[in-house]
Amino acid sequence: MSRFYTQDHEWIDVAGGEATVGITDYAQGQLGDVVFVDLPDSGRAVSKGGEAAVVESVKAASDVYAPVSGTVTESNPALADDPSLVNSAPEGDGWFFKLTLSDASELDGLMDKAAYDAFVASL
Amino acid sequence: MADDADLKTLPLDALHRRLGARMVGFAGYAMPIQYEGIIAEHLWTREHAGLFDVSHMGQLLVEGPSLAAAAEWLESLAPGDFKALQPHRVRYSLLLSDNGGILDDLMVTNTGKSFYLVVNGATKHADIAHMLARKPAGLHLHHMEDHALLALQGPAAVTVMSRFALTPESADQPAFADLKFMAGARWLWNGVKLGITRSGYTGEDGYEISVPNSHAEALAEALLAHEEVKPIGLGARDSLRLEAGLPLYGHDLDPETTPVEADLSFAISKRRKTEGGFPGAERILDQLFNGVPRKRVGLAVEGRMPAREGATVWVGGEQVGVLTSGGFAPSLNVPIAMAYVATAHSADGTALEVEVRGKRIAATVVPMPFKQKNYVREGDRK
Repeated sequence: MSRFYTQDHEWIDVAGGEATVGITDYAQGQLGDVVFVDLPDSGRAVSKGGEAAVVESVKAASDVYAPVSGTVTESNPALADDPSLVNSAPEGDGWFFKLTLSDASELDGLMDKAAYDAFVASL
Repeated sequence: MADDADLKTLPLDALHRRLGARMVGFAGYAMPIQYEGIIAEHLWTREHAGLFDVSHMGQLLVEGPSLAAAAEWLESLAPGDFKALQPHRVRYSLLLSDNGGILDDLMVTNTGKSFYLVVNGATKHADIAHMLARKPAGLHLHHMEDHALLALQGPAAVTVMSRFALTPESADQPAFADLKFMAGARWLWNGVKLGITRSGYTGEDGYEISVPNSHAEALAEALLAHEEVKPIGLGARDSLRLEAGLPLYGHDLDPETTPVEADLSFAISKRRKTEGGFPGAERILDQLFNGVPRKRVGLAVEGRMPAREGATVWVGGEQVGVLTSGGFAPSLNVPIAMAYVATAHSADGTALEVEVRGKRIAATVVPMPFKQKNYVREGDRK
């Protein structure tokens, strides 16, 4: 399994043609207390860089973008009961949705962990 | 938002950064939006005491040949009964345009020798220009730019302040221990003159403290030294005032909105309702007696998804209003909002729908405050 990152602070774990998407620890720190996550329904087609979910902190609503194109297969049911998982476990139990990739070559433009850490350090 | 480089700094800037605040641009100043997190700070203020830096707000002093002359002028700008405002009492009021629109909301204190005004940070320069353009000769309007403003809010605020050795500035003012909600005076703290009112913007008991810039950090540090007190950012200030049902200028109030539409008719004093003579009086008094087409109301939003400013309000296929503030209420654990809705749909209990990202969410008109206020008023037992 490989993990990639976007400049919009999403992470994506890829295993075969399946992937899991969430937001990074840096992103949750910037958002502050998460109180609701508006997740995509399974079956929805998302395109790379397009809006896929909305994360609501106390202060504001922020878009979450699809790191790659594909079809949503599942949204994280635990976030409905406990949206604060996005703060406490952003890169684990606080994942947003799973999808099947429509074009694996889209992963080529994403960052690995070292590149993402360097990107965050530069902000 | 302005670039950080364009932002002015306030006297407590270094303290906020030392305390780990996240700073943002607000009203042209670098201000702390949060320290440990908005929910934790919100709940701490409701249970203990929070220290807020509100030095971006405008502190103005109206002085004249007599207090009566100053009151007369204020009554030509705002609908309060300032002639009857007793020394050391505070009133909420509204700066009105000639057609009765709200230019700002403000607090007015009779200091005994002058009127002390606190206006919003984002509007203070426009307020000052508006007032100077209408100022009679002989009266003086002073912008207290050399003073910071701190707010200590929450049930422990009284206990914390009672530990400070405060000496009354004059013999005819209330003792600090007897200061009730919406009252204020000046005290000396280690020789520093503090203007203290028992008031605030959180729905909690507490104080607002005007302090010379030179001593603002020392006072903030002295307050934070008490275990009941934590620094609180603008994020929690917004969620606290929303739960308390208190409008935010520039969002819930603007020049297109009258006091009657804003459900702030209480700010039009009884004598002024009879006599008029304030800006927009004809229109406002007509609205008071004959009603308004729309009104500010509170909404309880069903589910967990916050509905925000700008979201539209519907009854079936008819849009009947728009949200002017909205978010998640940390003390109630539900989304709440303020909206302007057509008066026909403004009664408590009315079922409405709010549209968020194309989805309709059920909402109900509810009385404000959403969260019961915790003030200690004149006549209450201590």
